[in-house]
Amino acid sequence: MGRPDWAPAGIDLDRPSAARVYDFYLGGFHNFAADREMGRRAIEMWPELPEIMKANRAFLRRAVRHLVAAGVRQFLDIGSGIPTVGNVHEVARAAAPDARVVYVDNDPVAVEHSRAILTGSEQTAVVQADLRDPDSVLRDPAAKALLDLRQPVAVLMVAVLHFVSDEDDPHGLVRRYRDAAPAGSYLAVSHASSEGQPALTESHRGLYRRTATPMTMRTGAQIAAFFDGYELVEPGLVYLPLWRPDPGTEVDERPERFSGFAGVGRKP
Amino acid sequence: MTDSDANAGTGGPGTARAPSPTEWGRVEFARAWARVLDGTSYSTLVAAEIEVLTLDLSDLLAAAMFDEPFTATAGERIGQALVDAHFTGAKALSQTTALLGDLLLPCLGRSADSWLRPRVSDLQGAVARGYTEALLTLALAEQEQIRQAALSARDQAQAALRASDARFRALFTDAAVGIGVGDTAGNILDVNPALVKMLGYPPADFRRRNVADFLHPDDAAEVWEDYRDLVEGHRESFRTEKRFYRADGTAIWTHLTVSLIRGEDGAPRYQVAIIEDVTERHRLQDRLSYQANHDPLTGLPNRAMFLDRLTAALHADRPGGQVGLCFLDLDSFKVINDSLGHSVGDQLLVAVSDRLAAELGHGDLIARVGGDEFVVLVAPSTGREQLTALTERLLDALAVPIPIEGHHLSLSVSIGVVEAPAGGTTPTDLIRAADITLQQAKAEGKGRAAFHDPHRNATQVTLYTLAATLPGALDRGEFTLAYQPLVRLADGRLHGVEALLRWQHPRFGLLTPDQFIRLAEETGAILPLGKWIFAESCRQATSWSPPLPADSLLSVNVAVRQLQDPGLVEDVSRALADSGLPADRLQLEVTESALMASDADEPLAAVRRLADMGVRIAIDDFGTGYSNLAYLRRLPVHELKLAGAFLDGLRTPGEPDPTDIRVVAALVEIAHTLRLTVTAEAVETPEQADRLRELGCDTAQGWYFARPAAPDRLGARWRTDPARSVPLG
Repeated sequence: MGRPDWAPAGIDLDRPSAARVYDFYLGGFHNFAADREMGRRAIEMWPELPEIMKANRAFLRRAVRHLVAAGVRQFLDIGSGIPTVGNVHEVARAAAPDARVVYVDNDPVAVEHSRAILTGSEQTAVVQADLRDPDSVLRDPAAKALLDLRQPVAVLMVAVLHFVSDEDDPHGLVRRYRDAAPAGSYLAVSHASSEGQPALTESHRGLYRRTATPMTMRTGAQIAAFFDGYELVEPGLVYLPLWRPDPGTEVDERPERFSGFAGVGRKP
Repeated sequence: MTDSDANAGTGGPGTARAPSPTEWGRVEFARAWARVLDGTSYSTLVAAEIEVLTLDLSDLLAAAMFDEPFTATAGERIGQALVDAHFTGAKALSQTTALLGDLLLPCLGRSADSWLRPRVSDLQGAVARGYTEALLTLALAEQEQIRQAALSARDQAQAALRASDARFRALFTDAAVGIGVGDTAGNILDVNPALVKMLGYPPADFRRRNVADFLHPDDAAEVWEDYRDLVEGHRESFRTEKRFYRADGTAIWTHLTVSLIRGEDGAPRYQVAIIEDVTERHRLQDRLSYQANHDPLTGLPNRAMFLDRLTAALHADRPGGQVGLCFLDLDSFKVINDSLGHSVGDQLLVAVSDRLAAELGHGDLIARVGGDEFVVLVAPSTGREQLTALTERLLDALAVPIPIEGHHLSLSVSIGVVEAPAGGTTPTDLIRAADITLQQAKAEGKGRAAFHDPHRNATQVTLYTLAATLPGALDRGEFTLAYQPLVRLADGRLHGVEALLRWQHPRFGLLTPDQFIRLAEETGAILPLGKWIFAESCRQATSWSPPLPADSLLSVNVAVRQLQDPGLVEDVSRALADSGLPADRLQLEVTESALMASDADEPLAAVRRLADMGVRIAIDDFGTGYSNLAYLRRLPVHELKLAGAFLDGLRTPGEPDPTDIRVVAALVEIAHTLRLTVTAEAVETPEQADRLRELGCDTAQGWYFARPAAPDRLGARWRTDPARSVPLG
């Protein structure tokens, strides 16, 4: 954040990127050797990781479907990473063809990738910005052109807030986004937590120190505090797989293994 | 399922047909397939959707089994379809091929050794082939995508970097401030045009230089300490004021900001210096400071700077060090200034200051501290000899007349010299002592130097103490009056008495007016004091026992300041009224300069009103001022009192000075012509008294007749011998 905005960051492909490691967990090939190396080490340490990532992705899908059903047509996906399979605009538009989605990420490679696959889609936009600078997100011309902030907007912060350290005041940042949106808007959050798998999460956190985005695990209570000013929709803040599971799916009997909380709140 | 066993052994491809969807266990197979796929990979499909997919694929599979001629291409399509649905996890393929091997034939109602068995194997292979090809294609495509994205991002980053670099270049090149970049060893790597211009070295010269080459002897020690801290990474930046030498040898003043640039590893890598030329600002400051500290006319340091330097000298930590101070006052400068004009006066001051300054020793400071007052500060002083030599040079410097606009102006200077140990006194005390000593030099006859004598000065210093105690002295009853008789020369009878003020000071004893009256005039204390004198002298004159002879006068001195006081007439009237003294028995003594030299009409008007009341007016010290005889005629004056100086030549026994005789004779004659009486002051010898009588002088006073005395003593004497013509005391 100390760098002036006109001084660009370098692109270092030898350094793992959270977005590309995530893609690797999901079985994608949008990643480089350094990403795969890190992903493999993480899985060695924590074999359930791919499953957790899938559960997280599945939560995103369920959340978007729920929001579309609730009438939301505008989505601001912050920390969208490399949206390959089952990305927000596909899920949303499957149910509501007029849904508009703005993807935001600070990883320049992820942003370029998103732009490439979204070329020609007028109902989507990609913004390279840092969620820690809400003004740069909310005042981005592309975002402003696509999103009408007088209408309800769903802000998706799925698996991203644990990359914001406490000193950047993540709760204050979330409030900024909340205040920018009108009543009837939503916030969807999933967040890694040390509750459930304390030993594993600690070593996992150590691994992410090498990336540009170190992790901060938070407790359920801390995560619940992101929803200040929102009313949590049923079933509240729960372990990832427990949030409105698809009918017919067997819910894992030990959901705490997934070591992450998820919830959706509505701004009254 | 009924023909399955028959077909297994006997039937061949020719007899086979594909089962209709209802004829085989497709749902069972598809469900099992969906179950094994679920969880192998990340797919957007939920369980029910997977089953829809596997049902389709199962039908495809069943049809392929019985297709004639048999080809396994459907297997490849199935592999492809799995990858398309993002079942890309490694287990998705192995589970699928295992399922085919284990469950396809039973679900089709065939035995494990059916002739269809090889077809299952073929299809397994085809699924694997199709799956692998599709996965490879996907992997390559996605790798290509991400690589493109990375390249694109890198291009953008580089473009942004170039743009930022260009912006920085422009900033660097066009900046008005000087910018230099160096490494942490101090080697200069790059400088901008502004810095080249500022310091005057060609860019190549800079690159051969080290930061340390720009040391200036005036640099504060902290500058280079800060610099070292910076390049060693202990601080990020510092700011300072620093001088730099230009290539041409001149020096400039700058504001310097040096910042550290660290590498990605955090280690110090470069330093950037931003240099702003503030020489002009400094010059302006210097000029302002010069103006604040110098006299614009002579260019000499002024009082402010003198006080600074004196204070510094007195605080100097130099054991045994002495500080010498010479206070100089030009004698009779005012006369020249008044008669020849300010322009000549100013030129004279400039010439005088030049001459005086030329006589100074190394390190001495001369300052102009007032109109015609100068001071020389000698710090350190080596002692009295040095100061004596200096004052002699200063006195001599003005010995030769100064030519200005055709005039050859002679003037002398009086000097008060003080010497004190540094740390032993305060500037105020030292200046006070020098000023007192200067007054002493003036009193001793001007054109000379007087050295401060601490013992003798014990009372001189009191001038300042007096100033402090004067305002309350009247209330404390410290003033008294003494009286000196005025004697008629013709018959030796009492003509009157002159009231003389005395101050019985609690610390310094009895003081006469010459010791404090000037001070009283300066401070304004003369006004209440004068009023008291009128009232008190009139009261005493009417209450003496025995009373003064009815025709005798009470003569009271009036200071210039009192003449200018609008309340004078009122004060005199009240004193007369309160005491009952007739107005024509009161005589006021005023100096001729107070009457004549004043521009204002006020004093004259007051004198006229007093004269109209019947009060006598005497001109005191006649002959020491301008002695304007013509003017005298128009004044309401009754008496002239000749200054003591005229009597000097009449004092000695034997032949008196004929000139003095004639002058006094002429004055007496003129006075009488103007119908004025004449009183001679300071008569000290019988010779003087005799000669004055011969010359026709009317009255006299002086020690020969009587010293001033308190009223009780004077009264007592007068009573015992009222007609005595010989000295009384």
